[in-house]
Amino acid sequence: MTTSSRFLLAALALSGFAALAQPALAAGGAEKPPRQKWSFSGPFGTFDRAQLQRGFKVYREVCASCHGLEKLSFRNLSQPGGPGFTEGQVKTLAAEYKVMDGPNEAGEMFERPARPSDRFPKPFPNPEAAKAANNGAVPPDFSVIAKARTYERGFPFYLFDIVTQYQEQGVDYITALLLGYEEPPKGVTVEPGLHWNRYFPGNKIAMGNPLVAVFDDAGKPHDAGFYTDGTPVTREQVSRDLTAFLMWAAEPKMEERKQTGTKVILWLILLAGLLYLTKKRIWSRLEGAH
Amino acid sequence: MAEHHSTYVPKTGFERWLDARLPIVRLMHDSAVSYPVPRNLNYFWTFGGILMFMLVSQIVTGIVLVMHYTPHVDHAFQSVEHIMRDVNYGWLMRYMHSNGASMFFIAVYIHIFRGMYYGSYKAPREVLWILGVVIFLLMMATAFLGYVLPWGQMSFWGATVITNLFSAIPVVGETIVVWLWGGYSVDNPTLNRFFSLHYLLPFMIFGVVILHVWALHHVGQNNPSGVEVKNYKKDTVPFTPYATVKDLFAMVCFMIFFAWFVFYHPNFLGHADNYIPADPLKTPAHIVPEWYFLPFYGILRAIPDKLGGVVAMFASIAILAFLPWLDTSKVRSGKYRPWFKFAFWTFVVVSVLLGYTGSQPTDKVVLSIGGRTILDMVGFAQILTAIYFAYFLVALPLLGLIEKPKALPASIADSVLGPAGSGHIAGAHAAPPKH
Repeated sequence: MTTSSRFLLAALALSGFAALAQPALAAGGAEKPPRQKWSFSGPFGTFDRAQLQRGFKVYREVCASCHGLEKLSFRNLSQPGGPGFTEGQVKTLAAEYKVMDGPNEAGEMFERPARPSDRFPKPFPNPEAAKAANNGAVPPDFSVIAKARTYERGFPFYLFDIVTQYQEQGVDYITALLLGYEEPPKGVTVEPGLHWNRYFPGNKIAMGNPLVAVFDDAGKPHDAGFYTDGTPVTREQVSRDLTAFLMWAAEPKMEERKQTGTKVILWLILLAGLLYLTKKRIWSRLEGAH
Repeated sequence: MAEHHSTYVPKTGFERWLDARLPIVRLMHDSAVSYPVPRNLNYFWTFGGILMFMLVSQIVTGIVLVMHYTPHVDHAFQSVEHIMRDVNYGWLMRYMHSNGASMFFIAVYIHIFRGMYYGSYKAPREVLWILGVVIFLLMMATAFLGYVLPWGQMSFWGATVITNLFSAIPVVGETIVVWLWGGYSVDNPTLNRFFSLHYLLPFMIFGVVILHVWALHHVGQNNPSGVEVKNYKKDTVPFTPYATVKDLFAMVCFMIFFAWFVFYHPNFLGHADNYIPADPLKTPAHIVPEWYFLPFYGILRAIPDKLGGVVAMFASIAILAFLPWLDTSKVRSGKYRPWFKFAFWTFVVVSVLLGYTGSQPTDKVVLSIGGRTILDMVGFAQILTAIYFAYFLVALPLLGLIEKPKALPASIADSVLGPAGSGHIAGAHAAPPKH
């Protein structure tokens, strides 16, 4: 390769990415969320089973009354690459929920305990009911929310992200949001029904601080035994656990994907090496070959 | 290729029988085995094969996705998640398909810029080049239609913005938009027809690709020296095994790049907003097209007038088809054209910067002195748009007349071996080598 063709390659690689679209969540006034450490980041990342189980507990006890998880079924909780509940545990858990089924032979709908194959029931029967119960705002479903939120990385950081594989913008943002409730700065009025949050785009968020369900104003848990596995019950820990669970909910095949990827890429590298040697050998038949 | 005669010899009785009735094996042999390839092609010439691979990959993954996808406004988003969660290797098919679109465009942009740098559009390759522009247009249409199908926020609002462009056409604009939508807004009929067309267009691309390859094999490949093949024995090598193995190697390298995104970083090239189900009542803060449309989107927004913007955007693509006649230079390859080189690289940088302007809010300040805005994003895009068109309408016509090109090599073989060494080339001739 000549210098100019190498330059061409570099410039074209750049042209592909330098102009990448900026995420649409760029409304002013919000700080960039701090980077967290996640067990599932990087090419060999896996979910921390215990963390997902704790996160599910947080979801269930704090969020589920308003936020659905409608694309997930109970059975997903015992699938490989997930929180690692046993099938028995999932059966018991599902049975605690009621779902509508039918019609039966008499032509009537009936309620029955949920089975592992059922999807998580929606918290509200329709968006209007959700609005009515939440000051006019519909609480978003949580199934893919970890992939549906992000923050602007800005040039040139998104180029570095290709190499470092940093793709946890969504979970970093959600964790920061959960910890970002504060008193508004002096001189700023927050309208009734809204709350001040350092990390929310525009800073005024309809959702009240959800962590008050677990912690008092001083940051002490109402129930010191909230976690049963000995993990300290802190605001940071609870936020991270919930967020990790949401990441798994959004991408339940992530572990399978990354692990398959490593095998595929190693195989392709080997194949490329063999093809390169074959190519060299064949082209060496020519005089002045390059 | 007048000089290139078929070297196919049917070996079995059946092959002789078939060859007399339908010489399909001969056709394949002549176009993929004995087809003479200039011996000095660099790796930028492997992108044609890579594009063929991407087209097939998109069609195969797409056909599988269709088996599980539901084109209905109430079910589309859900059915994509169903593919991701419940279909065996559905996540692989879907991520290959969504990232494959980006890979397809990366490869096509390299392919196009390569053709522009080495003057591959010049006689006798004008029709070959124009067919390429047609493929590029069809690809853009297909990618746009496909991005609408998951029915996320960016799908819906992207479709709304782009279809609304047609309303700029005088008199009949509004009627055309209603006709495109199948109603008075982007809704279920729109999704259904977009799905239908998204399935149709790739096969049309395939058809034009066949014409593109036919034209290529008729006139022969251009090469980095831009000098035509003079002596088949000295200047070319048979496609198989020389080009076959080189193309395969490049293709596998490209697959590694592709796999990096599919397996490790599958949402990098997409928008987070498209994981929010479409909501006609809630406009996203910024509606931004996929990265491969950004330079054209930048041109669209550079013109303050709606119709003017639409015309400029379509003109920026259509002008490519006129390249063979806008470039007045007799010398094909940019390698021997010092001033052209400067113009070309300026054009590349301007295209990238146009993409950047397309990704940014229009009122963003680019340059300010003492708090006074000197240049905002629209102004910047206007300057870049002017340079973009100047490349085609000023630089290329003028440079051919005033530029003094460097001396060209006498032949392809000379460009590889130098004038002295081109006498004896063992094993290099446009027929299958003997083993």
